[in-house]
Amino acid sequence: MTANARLYPLFATIAIFIAAYAICWMQFPYMLSTRVVGNLLTDNAYLGIVAVGMTVVILSGGIDLSVGSVIAFSGVFISVVLRDTSLHPLVVFALLLSVTTAFGAFMGLIIHWLAMPAFIVTLAGMFLARGAAYMLTIDSVPIDHAFYEFIKDSYYLMPGKGRLTVIAVVMLLSVAFGALIAHRTRFGASVFALGGGVQTARLMGVNVGQTTVLVYAFSGFMAGLSGIVFSIYTGSGYPLATVGTELTAIAAVVIGGTILTGGAGYVVGTLFGVLTMGLIQTYIVFDGTLSSWWTKIVIGLLLLLFIVLQKGLLKLTGTQRDAALA
Amino acid sequence: MSRFLARIAPQLVTLAAIVVLVTLFFPDFIQISFERGRFVGPIIDVLKRGAPVALLAIGMTLVIATRGIDLSVGTVMAITGAVGAWAIASGYGVVPALLLAMVAGLACGLWNGILVAIIGIQPIVATLILMTSGRGVAQLITEGRILTFNDPAFAFFGSGTLLGIPFPAVLWLLLAVAVTLLMRRTALGMLVEAIGINRAASALAGVNARVLLIAVYMASGLCAAFAGIVATADIRGADANNAGLWLELDAILAVVIGGNSLLGGRFSIAASVLGALIIQTIDTGILLAGFPSEYNLVIKAGLVLLILLLQSPNLAHTWRFLRDEAMRRREPEPELHTRKEIEP
Repeated sequence: MTANARLYPLFATIAIFIAAYAICWMQFPYMLSTRVVGNLLTDNAYLGIVAVGMTVVILSGGIDLSVGSVIAFSGVFISVVLRDTSLHPLVVFALLLSVTTAFGAFMGLIIHWLAMPAFIVTLAGMFLARGAAYMLTIDSVPIDHAFYEFIKDSYYLMPGKGRLTVIAVVMLLSVAFGALIAHRTRFGASVFALGGGVQTARLMGVNVGQTTVLVYAFSGFMAGLSGIVFSIYTGSGYPLATVGTELTAIAAVVIGGTILTGGAGYVVGTLFGVLTMGLIQTYIVFDGTLSSWWTKIVIGLLLLLFIVLQKGLLKLTGTQRDAALA
Repeated sequence: MSRFLARIAPQLVTLAAIVVLVTLFFPDFIQISFERGRFVGPIIDVLKRGAPVALLAIGMTLVIATRGIDLSVGTVMAITGAVGAWAIASGYGVVPALLLAMVAGLACGLWNGILVAIIGIQPIVATLILMTSGRGVAQLITEGRILTFNDPAFAFFGSGTLLGIPFPAVLWLLLAVAVTLLMRRTALGMLVEAIGINRAASALAGVNARVLLIAVYMASGLCAAFAGIVATADIRGADANNAGLWLELDAILAVVIGGNSLLGGRFSIAASVLGALIIQTIDTGILLAGFPSEYNLVIKAGLVLLILLLQSPNLAHTWRFLRDEAMRRREPEPELHTRKEIEP
């Protein structure tokens, strides 16, 4: 019974996404084409990837405010290294991913060793990553490389002439990878235990320090991957890019049905959270008369809706448990 | 009084150290002159530019003391600034504009308070809702433009001076003193701390936690309204996109540098305001010391980490442990010495 109740937020997210898509489709029949779907996936690829990392962090009861800055740093790092050296992009990608993973692990270490709130540590990390991006360059650096052209030109042409791009596939694979890690591994179980309560997790035999470090390292890795995807998407590196992405990612995670206190949620839900937010933007583009600020207001209302929904569900399952105990 | 000084001593020492550090790089930093009826100098500039964060930090301290957090203050600044500028531009006059802006701030606080205290949503999520959607509301008010106005009376709140001191500096100073007195001369401060330490226990002890929580979030909204008025009056325009952007993070940082625990309980408004001044001194100091502006954020991050390291409870524990170890090692030293001599 409780296992089912836990799935309700996920079902609600998917139901709302489908309902919203149906409304859009009734108004603009062209919305239901593989072109729109392909663009929806491509435009939100970087957000989806970073939100997967954020989901795992939030499941563990933490928060990572540094990811937006890390994405900007990644873009700048890639473009500057490609400009100044003759390294192959794949080598640069590997370098970058090790840097951002180490950065995440470092933040995890500080959080664990110094017993400081994740909020503040990752806030300092946010300043640090953004500052490092500024130190590399303060200009927008274009990326001119045959490999980038190759990636941009390779896509799978879906029936209906929609393009399933490489970065969209990378995003879908990240979600699958994140779901696998969170729900099917020992590490994932430790993350959920940590989110349920540090004290209990420790008593259960979870290695709290190791898990914390790995959680933030995973988020750093995902932020780096998201930065690579973002650099392919925009074809440049810019230190002022993706300001505030961390909060968009958190919103996507919450809309995706994960509880912000940690311990309950699904990585797949986050994908639908991202797509729902992307759908609102697509609708506004299709409509043409609505102003872009309605996006923010609607996302805020959706956030409220989901939180109240979760609150109600928690109360519902709580009374059931009480009834079972009595 | 001595207890008060002991409480804010770490912040005072940090501030003094940073001022000395900046002065080493930029000797003119501590110079203040009196020109055309107003004080001029880098320190006066710090007091003025630090005003929005200092104002936000006052409200944020109270919210954090109840074990909450208010992410929406930057957005509330944008909303109240937009409301104020709209009222001025529509010809309502200065006093109604100020009142409308303050009411807008209180309404935002009421919204947050209801979500937290009555619906029972975690503060960080509850205020995240207003943070993301509020900028949309502000843009709705300004219709997506930067609403400019030219009203010297309203502009006074941003760029005017009182007794030669910039008005924003006077405002945060007065507000900090007033709120401190209100909290410490009555039982309010203790009740706020009681909620932060254990809400259930305080409710059992008869504290009306629900009403008090809403009041605290409304106070934070009001502080954000003041900050919004100052920021809007300073540039004589309401910028819904950029007014107060990311200032909530600076305000939280100020409270943490002020030594207040994010887990609620004991709080000190004076220490938080000093935290805001520390942040502003770092920002201004880095610029004046002549570092390339690209290095600003990295230096700031480094200093913040250093301050947090020094305040970390775990590190304090380790320090004490190391000191005790060192003392223990020093005492049996002669014994070790003799043993070494015997060995060969």
